[in-house]
Amino acid sequence: MAAINLHERTAVGDAIIQCLGVHKWYGEFHVLKDINLSVAKGERIVVCGPSGSGKSTLIRCLNRLEEHQKGNIVIDGIELTGNLKNIELVRREVGMVFQHFNLFPHLTVLENCTLAPIWVRKKPKAEAEAIAMKYLERVRIAEQAPKYPGQLSGGQQQRVAIARALCMNPKIMLFDEPTSALDPEMVKEVLDVMINLAESGMTMLCVTHEMGFAKSVADRVIFMDRGEIVEQAPPKEFFSNPKSDRTKLFLSQILNH
Amino acid sequence: MAENVHTAPATVERPPALTLGPIGWLRANLFNTWYNAILTILIAWALFSIVPPLLRWAIANASGFDATSQQCRAASGACWAFVSEKLRFILFGTFPYDEQWRPLVAVAIIIMTLAAAANRRFWKPWFVAVALGALALVGVLMWGGAFGLTYVENSLWGGLPLTLILSVLGLSVAFPFSILLALGRRSDMPVVRAFSVAYIELIRGVPLVSLLFMASVMLPLFLPTGVTIDKLLRAIVAFILFEAAYMAEAIRGGLQAMPKGQYEAADALGLNYWQAMRKIILPQALAISIPPLVNTFISTFKDTSLVIIIGLYDLLGTAKAALSDPAWRGFYREAYLFIGVIYWCFCFSMSKYSRWLEKDLYRGHRR
Repeated sequence: MAAINLHERTAVGDAIIQCLGVHKWYGEFHVLKDINLSVAKGERIVVCGPSGSGKSTLIRCLNRLEEHQKGNIVIDGIELTGNLKNIELVRREVGMVFQHFNLFPHLTVLENCTLAPIWVRKKPKAEAEAIAMKYLERVRIAEQAPKYPGQLSGGQQQRVAIARALCMNPKIMLFDEPTSALDPEMVKEVLDVMINLAESGMTMLCVTHEMGFAKSVADRVIFMDRGEIVEQAPPKEFFSNPKSDRTKLFLSQILNH
Repeated sequence: MAENVHTAPATVERPPALTLGPIGWLRANLFNTWYNAILTILIAWALFSIVPPLLRWAIANASGFDATSQQCRAASGACWAFVSEKLRFILFGTFPYDEQWRPLVAVAIIIMTLAAAANRRFWKPWFVAVALGALALVGVLMWGGAFGLTYVENSLWGGLPLTLILSVLGLSVAFPFSILLALGRRSDMPVVRAFSVAYIELIRGVPLVSLLFMASVMLPLFLPTGVTIDKLLRAIVAFILFEAAYMAEAIRGGLQAMPKGQYEAADALGLNYWQAMRKIILPQALAISIPPLVNTFISTFKDTSLVIIIGLYDLLGTAKAALSDPAWRGFYREAYLFIGVIYWCFCFSMSKYSRWLEKDLYRGHRR
């Protein structure tokens, strides 16, 4: 549990995410090895590491898109087990943004945003639409509400995906490489929305290679390699004074290209 | 710089004349390569040797609609009098002659209901009630025994209404059943999956004819004496069982074509299994499955003619029966051509509609 004391911010508020000795295997392959992680309410965390290091798998375990086989994961006081009811409860509170947006192509932008509030939160249609327009406004894409996802650019689609997740009014937002599938000129518009969200006090876990984003908004950077958390530190410390050799190597590869 | 981009050049250069107009079209489409040119000539020759004789037989040398069978036999062309003489028998079978307006109205109701169901505006839960109402109306018209209509037992039904009832009722009951089977086959629950796989593979492994035989001959053996199930009902049940297995495989294809991200996005938003299926997965998977589904619909519509083996007279059955009249024996070309045209009209509309529907469902949201 050394992680908690690494950074003073983590002491503020209660831990909203708790991972204790989490392990996961794909068949024989050990993808997550003894992950211990505690995230405080309002904390912004960037998870980085080479491909195949298990960083996506880790955050996908946090809303049970992947199942862990050993250890405990507790989200906002609810433990993730095989219990379907608990899984549904956790997913309501945890929004997720995917690398490939995963918008529903047969629904309009507005319908993408209102679907879960109407069916999961049982909100009346008018209220759900008002909420959806509020968040579409916030990601600056309200004028596209009647269009279908296929008619939008990648950056616009990803902003819709963020709005869609926010419409459920989640306590935690997970981002799984949200800018990796975007054309370079569209990365900024998505990062701007994420920075705006971070400034609003949302608890965020973000798997990304955008080190600029990590430097400017993260409270803590977690470096993973071969299924382990190798190092975690506030961004200033992480980038200026990395402790382990693996981190140094990774940073030299990612920063000097 | 920007203004210059859109200014027209001083002279507009035209493409070479030989690539334009009818000659250009011929060159591009019919004679663009030497083997294409040979094919074009062969097909033109085949058309020339088939179409004129056919027209001579069907029109020029045909005897009139009111000719007698003797006049027909004397003529060298088609005998359309056979069709007009036997029209009502072919269309309505042995339904009492004076009551044949009833199956006619029933057919009209079925076709109107199908036309309405084809419209996406009516794809609402309440339309199920409308369809059931139409079904009840068809039942009353065909059976009678109420509202002053005389009772007609269903062994007297035949022709077009029988074909339509078998295929429409069979397919519309089989469809929801097939969705469940397709989902079952992809289920995480081993028992559900095993049942679905076993059902689909068992039914697909036997010919429809044997299933119809089983329904009509074997099933009564398992029932306690004195209990009988109506022959028509048994045939419909056999169709439902058979088509459900085929459609389930068509739908499974659509389900498998769905990107994993769609399932994950639905899960991540907290939708439960049935919500995710109903709102996200099935609307897209069914749209992908339209071509194979319509393929099944069309073959089912034509397969209804197999019920003749258990003694039901559908459109093909009544046409065959009409040919057994000694006075009109031998005019099989006219008979089969006539019902062929009826079958073709229905099948072609299905195929046309499915192509329109595919386009309509995909409009605006191509990935």
